[in-house]
Order: sequence, then C-alpha cells, then structure tokens
Amino acid sequence: MKVEEKLALNKFEIDKEVHITVDESKCRECNMTVCVYTCPADCYVLRDQHITFSYEGCLECGSCRIACDKGAIKWVNPRGGFGISYQFG
Amino acid sequence: MDKFDAIVVGAGPAGCATAYTMAREGLQVLVLERGKYPGAKNMWGGAFFGPVMEEIFPDFWKEAPVERSVSRHTISMLTEHESLSFDFRSDRADKNHGFIILRAKFDQWLAKKAEQAGAIIATSLEADDFLYEGGAVAGVKVGSESFPASVVILADGANSLLAAKAGLRKEFGLHDVKQGVKEVIQLPREVIEDRFGLQDDEGAALEFIGSCTRGLPGGGFLYTNHDSLSVGVVVQLAAVGEQKVKASDLLEDFKNHPLIQRYISKGKTVEYSAHLIPVTGVKILPTFAKDGILITGDAAGLVLGTGLILEGANFAMASGVAAAQTVIKAKKAGDFTTKALDHYEGLLKSRFVLKELNAFKRAPEFLENERIYNTYPELLCSAAMKMFENDGTVREGSFKTLMGSMKGKISIWQLMKDAWMAKESL
Repeated sequence: MKVEEKLALNKFEIDKEVHITVDESKCRECNMTVCVYTCPADCYVLRDQHITFSYEGCLECGSCRIACDKGAIKWVNPRGGFGISYQFG
Repeated sequence: MDKFDAIVVGAGPAGCATAYTMAREGLQVLVLERGKYPGAKNMWGGAFFGPVMEEIFPDFWKEAPVERSVSRHTISMLTEHESLSFDFRSDRADKNHGFIILRAKFDQWLAKKAEQAGAIIATSLEADDFLYEGGAVAGVKVGSESFPASVVILADGANSLLAAKAGLRKEFGLHDVKQGVKEVIQLPREVIEDRFGLQDDEGAALEFIGSCTRGLPGGGFLYTNHDSLSVGVVVQLAAVGEQKVKASDLLEDFKNHPLIQRYISKGKTVEYSAHLIPVTGVKILPTFAKDGILITGDAAGLVLGTGLILEGANFAMASGVAAAQTVIKAKKAGDFTTKALDHYEGLLKSRFVLKELNAFKRAPEFLENERIYNTYPELLCSAAMKMFENDGTVREGSFKTLMGSMKGKISIWQLMKDAWMAKESL
C-alpha cells in the first residue's frame, strides 16, 4: 500500500496558510536528502535533483524539523483546528 | 481577559492530569488544545500502563474507552522468513498488565474528566508564544490574542515548539528520538479473538525486533484493539536518515512478513499515523521550571525506553500531577518564581519518574547496539531452524548447534560484552 493511499484515509482540514516553508536555495547545497527519508508522509520528494515539497499530507510529527541541519525548514504548527485529525490515534 | 491561575498547553495525558488535579483544588485552569478535539493530534502504539491513572481515577478502566486489557504479551525476533517468540499469557493478568487504548477516544474522555472538575478545555487554539512580565512567563499568546495566567504548564508533546522558545531545553537531536508509524487495520472482533487466542475483552501486545527494522535500532508492534489492530514500526530517526530507509517502507515490509501477514490478512486499513518519541531519557532532560512556567510529559522528554519497556503516558500523567501539586502550593504562597516551582523537580525525583529514568540511564546507549536487531535475531532463528528440522544427516546437540550458528556472525568476546552491557543497562 502506498503512502499516498494511506494518507487518503486520514482526515485533514487543510489550511490555506502554509505551516512549513522550505528554503530551496539551502536544499541545493545539500545532498543529504535526510528530509526525504525521515518524512513518514512523503511530503519531500526528490525530482531531478530538486527537493519538491507539499505540506498537505503532513502528519505533524516534526521529524523533518529535527532532521534538517541546514536550516532550510521553517516549521510552525498549522493554525488551531487545521491539519491532521486522527480518528483512532 | 480574566487572568487564569494556570494555563495548560496540550490536552493529552500530561495536560489533562495536571488540569484535573488543579481544577479539583479550585484553581482557575484553562487548557489550550490545538487539535479540533483532545487527541486529534495524538497517536501511540497502543499499550498503556495505568498506575497513575488509577491513582487519579480509581477503577478508570470500567468507565474509560479501553479497547482491551492485556493478557498476552509476546516478544519475537524476526528474520525475513522466520520468527522466534517468547509468549507470555496469564488468565490472572489484571489491571497492572496494561490496557490497549486508542488515543482519539481516550484523550477526549480524559479531557472531559478535567472539564467536569472545573477546567476549561478550549480546542482549535494553538498557543504559539508567551506573554512575559519582567522576564517571567505570564501567560500565552494565540496569534494576536493574549491569555494571561500566573503559571503556564507545557504539555504539548514530543514535538513541542514552545519548550525551546521558553529556553527550557535544546531541540531534540536525531539520536534522541525514534519515529513511530502505525496503521489501524479493521477486522471483525471474532476474527481477532480467534487469531490471537483471546476471549472477551482480553488483549494481546506483540512486540518484535529484527528484520522489521532491517536491523536498525527500533522494533515492530502489533496490539489488538476491540475490532481493529494497531500495527506499526518504531525506528531511530538518526538511522533512518543515515541508512536512507523510510519508516513507511519498513512498515510495509513488516506487514508483509509471513508472521504478521497472517495476523492482519483481510483487514482494512482505516488510518495511518506518525509521531516522535523522545528516547534518550536523562540525557535530554530539560530545565523543569523557570519563572512562571513548568514542563511535563513528552515535551520534557519523560519517556522510559528499555527495549522491553517503552512507557510515556504513565510518566506524562505522573509529571502532570507533580506539576499540579507544585502549582497548588505556589498559589497558596503567592509565589510562582523559579525558586517556588523548583519543588516540581523534587517531586519528580521522589517518584518513579526520575528514579526509573536514572535506574535505566544506560539503556539508550545499549539499545543503539545494532547486533540486538541484526545478529542475535538471525543467530537464534537459524539455530531454531536447525534444531527443529531433520534433513536426514546426523544431528548435533543443541548447544553445538547454537555454537555452530554463531560461527562467523559473532565472537564469544562480543557476546560476553553484550551480555555484560545488557546486565548493566536493563
């Protein structure tokens, strides 16, 4: 089962305001791709040597925030009530 | 706006325990929860030990949304094709053997208890900064709105953004946390009871090490809920980054393992979740109190991980109660300075919270030894494979078979060293 299929089962209230911003200029100097592997929701994808990012499926675990040591990731929580809402947890 | 005695950030086990304890003593308590409801942002593996819960709410399991109570506990070593298990069952297992619980239901129940005691639970509100008065924390901000309070108690979990902002601790590092990913897989309750050999509300807690993390520090788990299974993998975040292995891929491998596949067969995945777990114990402990602020639960790194035990919620609740007792005392004295709030750390030291974290302080280092996840499962599974087969050749004694399996995999010296470390750490 693919991650995107799993994420489709979850309940999200997606905010128009983006809660994670990625400074791609810093990503260009980094070949670690640690964000790609540490994100359990595949929010970071390596395409043609570029990191592309989407915040919609974010499970708000904070792994990428800890993993990126280039300071490329700016992380705040989604505004109250937005983001993931676990039905089971 | 009225000034609260205490504002609690986060309505999980730590936040609800602290809010309940303070509200019961008549304090004006506001709990700010960023999720749509308490539990909306929370997940765990699923097994929960309840001694502190029992202290606060005697006989809680009779009323709380508990899925099943644990009567079977297994620890299994996995290789790609084999498994070797230690399987404990008891028909005398009681409340001390733990409960299997889903957070979305449980946290709402817990928050309701705090509310009934008089606390205000406000959901969909994300506290993102502090109010200060003369250098002391004097409340929180939610966007441009201010919520003043005599004291703030952080209970905002492993990914606390406010802990570092308040200067209570550094950010966790990659070696300090494990990442847990989990699926909830629905199956009819009779099928679950048949497959796991359970009756009525009995539950099984299954834990795994070995190929489920491809030999990386961590493990797999499977817990039986009422009519679903919680199936997941926990893996050290540093190893994920260094080895370029995704936890989501490990989870798929785990689900496809012959042992697990039979348990979850024909089940329907209904949710996928992920969370961080602080696991390096005393190494990452924060400054517990500063002027006008205390920190509890996962946000404070109060999780015990020994390999056999991974316990956070019971610690969270104990720290929540200790924080509440400290604030009740501080209110009587009218003193919320660091000096008064330092009482909190003393309470944690006098209880199991810091006692157990100190007793197992070498466990995190021991658990980084990859032989535990790699060499030993392979060695023991291959020895078992030999012992339980008859290929027509002359058989050797069990001890010789075991020694034969060790050949080329591990030296006697390494084995003794690991055994010594295990004795010292666990």
